[in-house]
Amino acid sequence: MNSMFLLIPLSLVLLALAVAAFFWAVHSGQFDDLDSPAYRMLMDDPPPADPEEHEP
Amino acid sequence: MGVTACFHCGQPVPESGPRHEVVIQGQAQPVCCTGCEMAAQWIASAGLGAYYRWRTEPATAPVDAVGPDPYLAYDRPQAQRSFVSPLADGRCEAELLVENLNCAACAWLIEGAMGREPGVAHVQVNAANGRVLLHFDPARARLSQLLARLAALGYKPHPQRPGEARALHTRERRQALKRLAVAGLGMMQAMTYALSLYGGDFHGMDPVHADFLRLVSLLITTPVVIYAGAPFFRQAYRSLRAGRIGMDVPVAVAITVAYAASVRHTLAGAGAVYFDTVCMFIFFLTLARYLQAAARARAGDSGDALARLLPDTCLRETAAGLETITLQELAAGDRVRVPPGAALPADGRLLDEGAWIDESLLTGESRPVHRTRGDPLVAGSLNGATALRLEVTACNADTTIAHIGRLLRRAQAERPPEAAQADRLAAVFAPTVLLLAAASAWLWRADPTQAMDVALAVLVVTCPCALSIATPTALVAASAQLLSRGVVVLRAAALETLCNVRHAIFDKTGTLTMGRPRIARLEVLREGLSPDRVRAQAAALERAVHHPLARAFTGDAPLAESADDVRLVAGEGVEGTLGGRILRLGRAEFTAALWASPAPAAPADDASSWLLLGDGSGPLAWFGITDPVRADAARALCELRALGIDTEIASGDAAAVVDAIAAAVQCPQAQGRLRPEDKLARLTALQAAGTTVLSVGDGVNDAPLLAQADVSIAMAGGTALAQTSADLILLQDRLERLPEIVRIARRSRRIIRQNLAWALAYNALAVPLAAMGLVTPWLASLGMSLSSVLVVFNAQRLYRPVKAVPPPVSGPAAVHSP
Repeated sequence: MNSMFLLIPLSLVLLALAVAAFFWAVHSGQFDDLDSPAYRMLMDDPPPADPEEHEP
Repeated sequence: MGVTACFHCGQPVPESGPRHEVVIQGQAQPVCCTGCEMAAQWIASAGLGAYYRWRTEPATAPVDAVGPDPYLAYDRPQAQRSFVSPLADGRCEAELLVENLNCAACAWLIEGAMGREPGVAHVQVNAANGRVLLHFDPARARLSQLLARLAALGYKPHPQRPGEARALHTRERRQALKRLAVAGLGMMQAMTYALSLYGGDFHGMDPVHADFLRLVSLLITTPVVIYAGAPFFRQAYRSLRAGRIGMDVPVAVAITVAYAASVRHTLAGAGAVYFDTVCMFIFFLTLARYLQAAARARAGDSGDALARLLPDTCLRETAAGLETITLQELAAGDRVRVPPGAALPADGRLLDEGAWIDESLLTGESRPVHRTRGDPLVAGSLNGATALRLEVTACNADTTIAHIGRLLRRAQAERPPEAAQADRLAAVFAPTVLLLAAASAWLWRADPTQAMDVALAVLVVTCPCALSIATPTALVAASAQLLSRGVVVLRAAALETLCNVRHAIFDKTGTLTMGRPRIARLEVLREGLSPDRVRAQAAALERAVHHPLARAFTGDAPLAESADDVRLVAGEGVEGTLGGRILRLGRAEFTAALWASPAPAAPADDASSWLLLGDGSGPLAWFGITDPVRADAARALCELRALGIDTEIASGDAAAVVDAIAAAVQCPQAQGRLRPEDKLARLTALQAAGTTVLSVGDGVNDAPLLAQADVSIAMAGGTALAQTSADLILLQDRLERLPEIVRIARRSRRIIRQNLAWALAYNALAVPLAAMGLVTPWLASLGMSLSSVLVVFNAQRLYRPVKAVPPPVSGPAAVHSP
């Protein structure tokens, strides 16, 4: 049970790191637009090759 | 229905007039006008046709003026100072706000379109707030061309830094997200330790370990209370200072008492701790508020909308002549020239003898007023028929319109929280809870520890959570559901009022009709003239003036000729020289004055307004102008009547035109020739009789009506002033959404009532049990959470699609029972 005295403070450090990472992500604007990134991965960058365009 | 929708913008394609078609992905698609044709053709030729597959909303038709001319002023370094910043590698970064950014596919299209322009290195589009970030090489790309490209696609760019309000909103949103994360992560941790402690209570635990776990919980909860809980303390303090006991007061008291007791028990090494309860409580409340704020933020900033009424550039008089500059460069004391039909760029004094000014923006009066030399003019008003000169007295942030924008923004920020019903309850409920907690503590005063537990249990178990989130969660869900259908809810409380609406007043132009006049009929009066020739002549005259009716002529006509010496006679018509002849287009008497004999009789058709084209030797042609009725208007009105809402048309237009429209949309009540004050009088008479009235409009002259009505809905294609006066905005101008809005509002009211009933019943049951000491604080917090979760889940039912009720064919309106 004494491992608890080491592991819990360790988890607190991790928690602090997680909060810091989230704060950084928020400040860098990653959460400002939650809508378009979801679609952007579908509508991938090199758009010209639209398969339907080559069909008769 | 027989109406073909434009492939690009979704508006109906006119049945008469030149046809436009675009070949997209091997298929010919109909489009409605030259602007859409050019935009769609460009998109297809640039290989961006996939846009049409991905988009979730129709595009917005581009405005007429396409070309780099209006944006040339932005190529000058002085103009770029305010929104372009140099980057380290010699490139520049420009920040733009664009209009009509409707969905993620638009963002993709803009990124594709801009990325294709030479010299553009990087494009970033934020679909949530309509911001575009461009990195371009000034040596290879001209900014004016990039801006013109955006405008041609229908995304009108506004080169400017995001407004103050926008920056503030971003900051608040980020702040709220951080609070949410702290509360959420803290809650998870605290619950883990709480669970171990509960386990320890049943199975035995080394006191050293228990003390350690409590201490760790304290460590975690402290930042949650101080950082994430701060808004509750602040608001509780504010409401106390205002002499009210709002919902936040018991929340703050519960947090304080639970936290203080837990700290005391932790330090004493004995007694129960409630850290998990505190964290969970703060997390749920923060989440509810975050969702609410997010829904409201999507509605956008009305202050910005007002600022967009001003032109982006203006003509300044200098010693060397005229130069085009951006508004940001303008300073008080400058002299500017305003072309006919344009909006005034700044407040100022008139330098000319006299001018006709349309000040409808401020006054609601749609007829132009006459101003003489030295009179003060207000930015945003429209210049009349002749160019005028203006000495600037106030510009940019100092103009009257900017001031109104600030007022609006403040009014919106200080608007009381929407949950009006819950607030009224809170006013009674919150002091009662505090009294009850104090009373139960006093009852148990013989045993101080137990008294503490009981008081806390009462506070926590009744914790107004379920009660205070009952209304907001339902309203947020309803707003989100409506947003996915293209309806922005600016004021959620309006949904509550909407349930009681029994009468709806519609504006005609732009609301029931498209608001875009078209030539419906053309009758050539002279032998040997082709209709196309007449059309081109009329277009040449009208192209030079900026009158709403002019668009009917210039929209589709080929760019063949241009007229000289064009003069607009307010309320009469246009005169100009074309190929050496003087031509007139306008009211019959005005045109007939050219050849000094009576005008020919207009064709018998009351639905159109008839304009006569003629030259010195006689009449040339009659043009029948109509504003086509929206395809879904009749059905929407019919469904509204089926829901028990009377419909009425109130318009400023001629009675015959209004009657024709009323017949087309099968609306039994219609009145024409109404001034804005008449409309308002009609509205107040209805309200005095106890009827809750909904008004639907789009124009500046509707703004008073929209503001006065119990609930108001503005069309997205309407003016910014109408939109800021309204409670809801129809994003795609689709009238068929109206009955749906009413149905969703009624469903949300039903759910709010269920939620409130449940929350009250739960509290009525739990309080006596807690006061009797039968509920331990942890059980209380479990009950509190469960009752909140139930309320939230009940509200989620609003996300389910609504069943559409088929409208009755005709007959008296059925009474809807909620």
